[in-house]
Amino acid sequence: MQIKPILAALRRHRLATLLIAVEIALACAVLCNACFLVARRWTMIQINSGVDESSLAVLTVNGFDPKLSADVNARMLTGLRAIPGVQSATLISEVPFGPQTGAAGVTHEPGDFKNLIGVVDFVLAGPGTFKALGLKLVEGRLPQPDDYRPATSFLPDYAQVLVTRQWAEHAWPGENPLGKSFWCDKMHFRVMGVVDHYARAQPGQYDLGQGEWTVFTPVVPGGSLSGTYLLRARPQDVQRVLQAARAAVQKIAPDVVLDQDNSKTLNDLRANYFKSDRIMIGLLLGVVVLMLGVTALGIVGLTSFWVAQRRKQIGIRRAIGATRGDILRYFQTENFLIVTFGIALGMLLAFGLNAVLMRFYELPHLPLPYLPVGALALWGLGQLAVLGPALRAAAVPPVVATRSV
Amino acid sequence: MFGYYLHLAWHSLRRNRVLTALMVLAIAVGIGAAMTTFTVLHVLSGDPLPGRSGELYYPQIDPQDARGMMPGPMPPEQVTLIDGMNLLRAKRADRQALMAGGTVPIQPDASSFDPFYVEARYTTADFFAMFGAPFLYGHGWSGADDEAHARDVVITRQLDDKLFSGADSVGRALRIKDTTFRIAGVLDDWHPNPHFYDLTTGAYNYYEQVFLPLQTALELHFDKNGSNDCWGNGTGGMQGGAYPSATCVWLQFWVQLDSPAKAAAYRQFLVRYSEEQKALGRFQRAPNVRLRNLTQWLDYNGVVPGDVRLQAWMAFGFLLVCLVNTVGLMLAKFLRRAGELSVRRALGASRRALFAQLLTESGVIGIAGGSAGLLLALFGLWMVRHRTSDYAALAHLDPAMLLVTFALATGASLLAGVLPAWRACNVAPALQLKSN
Repeated sequence: MQIKPILAALRRHRLATLLIAVEIALACAVLCNACFLVARRWTMIQINSGVDESSLAVLTVNGFDPKLSADVNARMLTGLRAIPGVQSATLISEVPFGPQTGAAGVTHEPGDFKNLIGVVDFVLAGPGTFKALGLKLVEGRLPQPDDYRPATSFLPDYAQVLVTRQWAEHAWPGENPLGKSFWCDKMHFRVMGVVDHYARAQPGQYDLGQGEWTVFTPVVPGGSLSGTYLLRARPQDVQRVLQAARAAVQKIAPDVVLDQDNSKTLNDLRANYFKSDRIMIGLLLGVVVLMLGVTALGIVGLTSFWVAQRRKQIGIRRAIGATRGDILRYFQTENFLIVTFGIALGMLLAFGLNAVLMRFYELPHLPLPYLPVGALALWGLGQLAVLGPALRAAAVPPVVATRSV
Repeated sequence: MFGYYLHLAWHSLRRNRVLTALMVLAIAVGIGAAMTTFTVLHVLSGDPLPGRSGELYYPQIDPQDARGMMPGPMPPEQVTLIDGMNLLRAKRADRQALMAGGTVPIQPDASSFDPFYVEARYTTADFFAMFGAPFLYGHGWSGADDEAHARDVVITRQLDDKLFSGADSVGRALRIKDTTFRIAGVLDDWHPNPHFYDLTTGAYNYYEQVFLPLQTALELHFDKNGSNDCWGNGTGGMQGGAYPSATCVWLQFWVQLDSPAKAAAYRQFLVRYSEEQKALGRFQRAPNVRLRNLTQWLDYNGVVPGDVRLQAWMAFGFLLVCLVNTVGLMLAKFLRRAGELSVRRALGASRRALFAQLLTESGVIGIAGGSAGLLLALFGLWMVRHRTSDYAALAHLDPAMLLVTFALATGASLLAGVLPAWRACNVAPALQLKSN
C-alpha cells in the first residue's frame, strides 16, 4: 500500500483530519482514565472480608448506662442464644462494612508518634467471636481463655492479638511476625497469630493496600465491648434469625434501644457499603460506551462525506485498474493513519487528565499498560467505523469516471 | 432576513435527516450528561446562607496536650465544653453561638400520637439571629434564658403542623424526654444545605426539628449526636458521665464578625485566649488558631463528595468529545453544500450573509440538541434522586441551571459551527460553479 498519496490527500483536508484526530485523542484520554478508575473501584468492591459473610448478622443496641454494660451483655447474649436457628451469639466491636469504632495509629516503640507504622482498626472481640467469624488462621495460635484481657479505656493495656497477613507484611516486611510487638501510645500488643484475610470496617476510606489493616483483639466483655452482637446462623436462616432477634430485643432488654441502621446481615451491609461505587462504575462505563459511540458516528459521518466528495476520483482509479480491495484498503489505511496520530496526541492528553485527577483525588499514576490497550481499542473502533463508508466507496463503479456530474 | 435563514436552515436540515439527527443526538447526550452532573455539583456546592456567609466565622483553637493522638498542625475541628463556654461568655464577636446536635423523644399530650424521636439542636440565644433563621410565630430565647437553663424550645413549622395542625403554638407546652418545655417560637421553612453549622451529623439533607438552650439540654442529660475527638488518657469519651470529658472536643462554635477588621481582632483574641490558657496550664501547645469563614470552612472540610466532582470532570470531557464530533459533522455538511453556497455567492450574497445563514443553521441544531439534552438531564436527575445518598433528594434543576443548559447548548453548537461555516463561506464561487 502506498502511503504517500494518502498523506498527500490528507494534507488537502487538514481540518477534517485534525478534527477526527482530536476526537480520537480526547476519547483516548477519557477512555484510559475512566477504565483506570473503574478498575480501581472494581478491585475495591471485590475485597475479601475474610469472614463468612453469608452466615453472619450484626445486632446493635444502645441507650443504656455504660455502668450496666456487663449486665446488658449477659442478658442480651442469653436472650439471643435462645432464638431458634442461632448457632452462636458473641460480642464484637465492629464488623466489616459496618460503622468504624476504633482506628488508631500504632508504632514500633511506645509513645513514638513521629514514626507511625500506620492506622489500624482494632476489633475488640469476646470469647467465641473468632470461630463465629470464620477467620482463617495461617500462622500462630488461636486465643485461649486467659488471652481475653479487660479493656479499661478503649483498649487493654496489654494484649496478645491476631493480625492480618496484609498488615504483618506492611509492619514487618520479610520477617516472621509471630511474637512481634507494637504500641498504641502506651498500650502494648504482641502478635500471637496471623489470619489470611480480615477487612476493616470501612476499607473504602483507605488506600487499596490498606483495607485489611485489622487487629483482632481478644477482650473481656464489658466496658467498651458491649452493645454490638455478632449472630451466626446457617446462610438460609440468617435473615430470619436477624428478624427474630430484632423483634426479641424489646423482651430481652426493655431498657435498651435497637439501632435499626446497624442491625443487618453482613451481606446487606456489604451491598449497602459499595452501592455508590457500583453506581459510579456503571456511570463511568456508560460514559465510555456513549463516548466511543459518538466518536464512531463522527468518523462514519466524516468518512461518508469524503467518499461522496471523491466519488469521481474513485471512479477514475477504478477505471484505470484499481480493484475494489485497493479502494477499501485506501480508506482503511487512511483511517489507521489518522487514528494513530490521534492516539499519539491522546496519550499526552491521558497523562494530562491523570495529573489533573491526581491533584483532586488520591490516585496513583496511570499505569502504562492502559495505553496500548486503549490504543488497540481505538484502532479497532476506527476500522469498524470506517468499514461502512469504505465498502460504499469500493462499490463505486468505474463508469462514474466517464460521467460529467 | 433571520426568518429566511431559519427557513433555509429548516430545509437543509430536513434534506439530510440522518446527519441532522446525528448532530442533534451528539449535542443532546453531551449536554444531558454535563447538565446532570453540573446541576448536582451546583446544588451541593451552593452557598447555604447567601448574603451572610462572608460574615460567619468558625474559630478553631488547639486545647490538645503535647502528645496528641492526632499528629499534624491543624487544630481540632470542634471545641471542648469549657472553651466553648469561655468563648461564648467573652462576647468578643458581634454574635456567637455554641451548639451540639442530639436526638430527643417528643411526648405529645394528645393520645393520638405515640412518642417519637426527632433531631434536635442544643444551642445558645444568638443562633437564630446569626444564621437568619426565619420565624413564623414568636421568637428565640434570650441570653438570660440560656444562663437560667430556661425550659424554652423553638420548633419547626413541620413539627408545628404535625402537633398543632399549623396553629400558632407559641406559649403552649411540649413534653420532651419527661420535661415540660414552653414553645417560644416556630421557625418557618429553613433548610440550609449543606448543613454547614455541624458537618459531623451529616452534610446534606439533615434538618433538626427542635432547638433548645444548650445548658438546659446539658442539665437534663439529653442525648447527643455527632463526633467526639479525644486525646490523652481519657480516650473513652462518654465514660461515667452523659457527655464527653474535658479532654474531648464535641461542640461547634460560630461567630459573626461584620468587618474584616473585626475578624483580624478576633483572631488576635483567640491567640491571646490560647496564651492565657497555656499560662493557666490547661493548654500545652503553642497558640494554634484558625478563623475560617463559612465558605472556607466548607472547602476545608471537602463537603462536596469527591465522586460528584469526578462525575462532573468526566461529563465535561464527554461534552468536549461530543462538540468536536459536531464540528466534524457540520464541516462535512457545510462543505457538501459548496455548490449551493457558491450559487448564492454568485447571485450576490456577501460572505457575511452566508456566514450568518450557516450559523443560524448550527444555532437551530443547538436549540434542538439543547431541548433533547434538557429532557436527558431531567431524566438523569430523576435517576440521581432515586439513589440512596444523603444529597440525592436535592438534585433538582432550578431556573438558573435551565437557562445555563440552553445557553451552553446554543453556545456550544454556535462555537462548533464557526469553523465549518468560515471554511464553507470561503468558497470561490466561479470555481465551484464550473466544476459542477
